[in-house]
Amino acid sequence: MNFKPLFLWSDLLLWAMVAGCVLLAVHCRRHDYLRRAWRRVGESSVGMASATVLAAFIAVGLLDSLHYQPRLPAQEGSSEVQYAPEVLSALDALLADLRLNKEKTYSAPLATHAFARETVERDGVQSREFPRLRFGGAHLQDLSQREADLARRALAGALSGLLLWAPLAASAAWAIARSRRIAWRVACCHLLRPAQAVERPVAWHAVLLTAALLCVGGGVIAAWADAYHVFGTDKVGQDVLYLSLKSVRTALLIGTLTTLVTLPLALALGLLAGLRGGWWDDAIQYLYTVLNSIPGVLLIAAMVLMMQVIIDTHPEWFATAAERSDARLLALCFILGLTSWTGLCRVLRAETMKLRELDYVQAARAFGVGDLRIMVRHLLPNLMHIVLISVVMDFSGLVLSEAVLSYIGIGVDSSMNSFGTLINAARLELSREPVVWWSLAAAFVLMLALVLAANLFADAVRDGFDPRFQWRARRAPRKGAVA
Amino acid sequence: MMAYIVRRLLYAIPILIGVNLITFVLFFVVNSPDDMARMQLGAKRVTPEAIEKWKAERGYDRPLAWNAEAQGLARLTDTVFFDKSIRMFAFDFGRADDGRDIALEITGRMGPSLAIALPTFVLGLFVTISFALLLVFFRNTALDIGGVVLCVIAMSISTLFYIIGGQYLVSKVWNLVPISGYAPGLDAGKFLILPVIISVAGGIGSSARWYRTLFLEEINKDYVRTARAKGLSELRVLFRHVLKNAMIPILTGVVVVIPMLFMGSLLLESFFGIPGLGSYTIDAINAQDFAVVRAMVFIGSVLYIIGLLLTDLSYTLVDPRVRLH
Repeated sequence: MNFKPLFLWSDLLLWAMVAGCVLLAVHCRRHDYLRRAWRRVGESSVGMASATVLAAFIAVGLLDSLHYQPRLPAQEGSSEVQYAPEVLSALDALLADLRLNKEKTYSAPLATHAFARETVERDGVQSREFPRLRFGGAHLQDLSQREADLARRALAGALSGLLLWAPLAASAAWAIARSRRIAWRVACCHLLRPAQAVERPVAWHAVLLTAALLCVGGGVIAAWADAYHVFGTDKVGQDVLYLSLKSVRTALLIGTLTTLVTLPLALALGLLAGLRGGWWDDAIQYLYTVLNSIPGVLLIAAMVLMMQVIIDTHPEWFATAAERSDARLLALCFILGLTSWTGLCRVLRAETMKLRELDYVQAARAFGVGDLRIMVRHLLPNLMHIVLISVVMDFSGLVLSEAVLSYIGIGVDSSMNSFGTLINAARLELSREPVVWWSLAAAFVLMLALVLAANLFADAVRDGFDPRFQWRARRAPRKGAVA
Repeated sequence: MMAYIVRRLLYAIPILIGVNLITFVLFFVVNSPDDMARMQLGAKRVTPEAIEKWKAERGYDRPLAWNAEAQGLARLTDTVFFDKSIRMFAFDFGRADDGRDIALEITGRMGPSLAIALPTFVLGLFVTISFALLLVFFRNTALDIGGVVLCVIAMSISTLFYIIGGQYLVSKVWNLVPISGYAPGLDAGKFLILPVIISVAGGIGSSARWYRTLFLEEINKDYVRTARAKGLSELRVLFRHVLKNAMIPILTGVVVVIPMLFMGSLLLESFFGIPGLGSYTIDAINAQDFAVVRAMVFIGSVLYIIGLLLTDLSYTLVDPRVRLH
């Protein structure tokens, strides 16, 4: 084999979470009330559009979570197979061009010349000039051709993006035609003009429109990235587009793995406190009041400092640098989880106290059903909407806090690609003359897209699941739907 | 009322003991002082003597919680736990790694922190509430939708970008105010105006959206209709009636942060070079000065508990139905 697969702990957890989501989806399909709630989410075109954007981010993050170590070229006289110490991912393999084509230092987006002057010797005469980049636009003989080249590539990229999109759209139309038992062509019309379709349609048109934009945009960027640095390069000449795509995984991990700690703690303690009451309630309330009263950032800082001491004093635990930064990332998720379960726990406790007085719980009690069974069978399903809403609502906050924590110096390992480290490295470049703005701009655009999509999707999920917000979903049917 | 306050203050004691225990476990049990010394000294200079010296300088060379060698009460008092944790209750935090007294440093730095946090708080509250009421005034129009969209976009942008972008535009491109720094007294104004505006702008998105939902919940109630039926103008209805009744949920979120204003803001202070408690904390984190971080954790929780008490008291001010006893 040319490579050796390597499973980092965060990869395993992330894929386990994906499997969990699939199981949850199956579960939701089987239960009518859950299916209806998700349908309400699907009716929101903003929600579906943002879900599409999120799906694109998740695809990037998942690709980046398949790690391997490439095999080193065999050495003379030894038959032993050796693997490189550097850990790559499937995304790295896909973006090998971006990763390997490094410049010397800064270069502007789509530039052909370096950012700084260099002394060049030509025909025995030394002069200071902006040297051509090793990679960016290196294929151009005549520099005046650059705009034409860019336009040509953009067109080709957009077209190939559309080609990628077309089968997607066709399969969507086919699926709709099958599920509604209508002609294929009618389904296409429904997709194009949703107002004339069934009464309250799932907003597939929003999905397809967003997918079209993503495909065209991605196609253009991919076509440019073939020969240019689309977002420029950073101080050591790395492609910023590559760095920012690599940051997506970190953001997703922080946003999702944290819930693995938050949920069990909040659910178990919240339900226990609410159901048992008395002594249990007092103890659990005391615990979360104490944790709550320590300002979040300071508690995180204290815990991260201590974690750093542990990691630094035990270098023998980690075989590669990737494993060490991975352990640090996991520890950060763990710490963020430990400091953020209190809010959800309090809500769950209050809700449990309300539910436990209801007849069906009283009946279960009277039949002698144990506490654990009551919690799992009777209380948990009725609290799930709160849990789900809180998980999706917290996601964007966690992504944002990663950037801030990395800036303060208590975030992920500085060798790990993340939006925080990207911003941190680019922060001082604004004081240069001329300004190096592109690293910040790339981080800004990607982060805004991710967090905005997460926020909008969270709103859609809340509207769909929270009974208090359903007056919004139950708005009057659109015109033409009656006929 | 008095009895209520006293009782609440008594409740605070077990919570502070809990905070104290957590910090003690975090800083001394999870990692032994030896580990901390090894990390602070760096790999090269680690010798048993150096570690002992480092520990002795900081008073970490005693047993953690029980000194078997000492006599009488000293068995409890001549320990790290007593010296480092119990003394915090008397606001005696010991010395930082650079040898300065932490308590003195903290009192000195509260001023600049407050100078930036207080205007931010007051202005921020005023601007967000007015903005939210404006959105409610134009409810169900394009202006309202546009405002909400703006809020969602604004809350999706990291604080870091507000600070970096604001600093770059205002200080560097337009040259309006100094990039960073601080001066005591009235001169501080020109240093403070930008961070205050930036943090108000950065916080507007999420809170204005939340206040808007609070106001919208109130606006369909009977008393609002009565007020309109009396012929009051819509603005008067909003500011006099709706705002007053939406005050309770707003206060829950707002009053609790008032004491925390002393702590300053980590990000703003370090970006703008303001010598407050926020930048003190950041410096301590970067220098891994455990004593300072521990002190800040303790002070932070004391202030939070005071904030909770103030919240309860403020309810009596806005809602005559609430009686504390």
